[in-house]
Amino acid sequence: MYAQMVTSEATQDDPEKLAVFQARIDAGEKVEPKEWMPEGYRKTLIRQIGQHAHSEIVGQLPEGNWITRAPTLERKTILLAKVQDEAGHGLYLYCAAETLGVSRDELTEMLLDGRMKYSSIFNYPTLTWADMGAVGWLVDGAAIMNQVPLQRTSYGPYSRAMIRICKEESFHQRQGYHIMMKMAQGTPAQKKMAQDALNRFWYPSLMMFGPSDKDSVHSAQSMKWKIKMNTNDELRQKFVDQTVPQAEFLGLTVPDETLHWNDEKGGYDFAEPDWSEFFDVIKGNGPCNTERLAARNKAWDDGAWVREGLMAHAEKKRTAKLAAE
Amino acid sequence: MTDQTALFEYLLRLGDNTLVLGHRVSEWCGHAPVLEEDIALANTALDLIGQTQMWLGLAGEVEGAGRSADDLAMLRDVWDFRNLLLVEQPNGDFGQTLMRQCLFDVFHVELLTELTRASDGNIAAIAAKALKEVTYHLDRSSETVIGLGDGTEESHRRMQAALDLLWPYVGEMFTPDAVDDAMHAARIAPDLTALRSRFDIRINDILTEATLTKPDSNFAQSGGKTGFRHTEHLGHMLTQMQWLQRAYPGATW
Repeated sequence: MYAQMVTSEATQDDPEKLAVFQARIDAGEKVEPKEWMPEGYRKTLIRQIGQHAHSEIVGQLPEGNWITRAPTLERKTILLAKVQDEAGHGLYLYCAAETLGVSRDELTEMLLDGRMKYSSIFNYPTLTWADMGAVGWLVDGAAIMNQVPLQRTSYGPYSRAMIRICKEESFHQRQGYHIMMKMAQGTPAQKKMAQDALNRFWYPSLMMFGPSDKDSVHSAQSMKWKIKMNTNDELRQKFVDQTVPQAEFLGLTVPDETLHWNDEKGGYDFAEPDWSEFFDVIKGNGPCNTERLAARNKAWDDGAWVREGLMAHAEKKRTAKLAAE
Repeated sequence: MTDQTALFEYLLRLGDNTLVLGHRVSEWCGHAPVLEEDIALANTALDLIGQTQMWLGLAGEVEGAGRSADDLAMLRDVWDFRNLLLVEQPNGDFGQTLMRQCLFDVFHVELLTELTRASDGNIAAIAAKALKEVTYHLDRSSETVIGLGDGTEESHRRMQAALDLLWPYVGEMFTPDAVDDAMHAARIAPDLTALRSRFDIRINDILTEATLTKPDSNFAQSGGKTGFRHTEHLGHMLTQMQWLQRAYPGATW
């Protein structure tokens, strides 16, 4: 999940309009950009979609870290295509957010100066090639858990962006798992890399779903508006239930001694991640927060002359065309 | 030089150009000035690496020593690389990257157009596929060079500096040697002198529209395509690109 702890905005709209709006949501209708919507709905969506878009963009960095070191030409093309997809996802999502009345540049500036967040997971380093496998398998796997239900979200442009994104994400997860299979069946060094990657990414992946929100009023409002489809705990459970057998198949050990199957609930019991670490990462103290934001700021600042140059050229052409008419 | 040796060398030149440039362009991923450019650069890199798989795959077959495209990419050292010096130059700023791309793309389009008529069917087929991709690369790189050359004062200054820096690497593309001559005689490769005139026409048009001044000197650095003397940059690139294969020999990925 690329949007974490998005608090819903209070709304002070006409109760009658709100009731009609809620009835539409309950009937499963999609809300489209030019239609009336509560201010809180609009603002919450901007924050959620914006955070999701930023996560795609910052999410390019940990995997981009290995493009120049990919072990074969084929792996290089697959990884490059995957990171390129993420830039594309960012683009769809910024476009979806623009339909709510905020520009891509405004959102970008809010990311760069720290007013908006991106997913905690991208503040962890990618240290070996097996991390490319673990990111695809676990991180994209966790993201899919959240994004598949969001295809049914009430806001039309967001829902349509999610449908496109989900198709690509399932390819991403499969390629990640494929890397893990190669590593797990490879040399002792490769197997060690694979286990090490799982050890480092397991708990940060569980954190992606955010802390338990079963008692959160914000989550309740978002779920009522169908901006959020499941609780964080439901999704985390589903992720663990899906992932543990996959780890077993790889012959890898999930780094949780308490992990066991619970017949009664029909799912695994597992250890909670260290939430104090999560809050540290959210506050900017993760292992890579500084580097990630610095990289995005550098790309933006270094690119200013390019954006200005191309705009100036387009303006010259426009003026010349007008003069010719 | 036997025809087979010359053919192998020639295929390495084609494949190493796309490998090294594709690698350079891929270094941008996640760091471009704007999202659309990030996506476009990744596309270019993907095309070039795809072409590398075909050229080096064919080179391995021609060599007949059982080396795959990956073996050739990952397990040769600097002196065995046959790419032009131009493509191993560092990215610099975005303008320098796009200037390098544009100079190479003009050459590449002209070269591939001729190679589609090569007497060797495999080469003609790869060239035909690559030409479609590279035609798009040239559209994009030339438009960007024009836009930035004729943009703001700063963008103009940066593009002129990029052109001045890279111009000494243009000549190598068109200076024939024994390999080029053997391939031309075998009706595989074109006459590079004729190619140069077509390059000049195209590049002059682009630079004029970009309001940039072509450097007076036609001095040309050389040593890339023969492998005699690469720049210092290539070794650093290979250190990164080949690291996993070198550190864990024999592993499959």
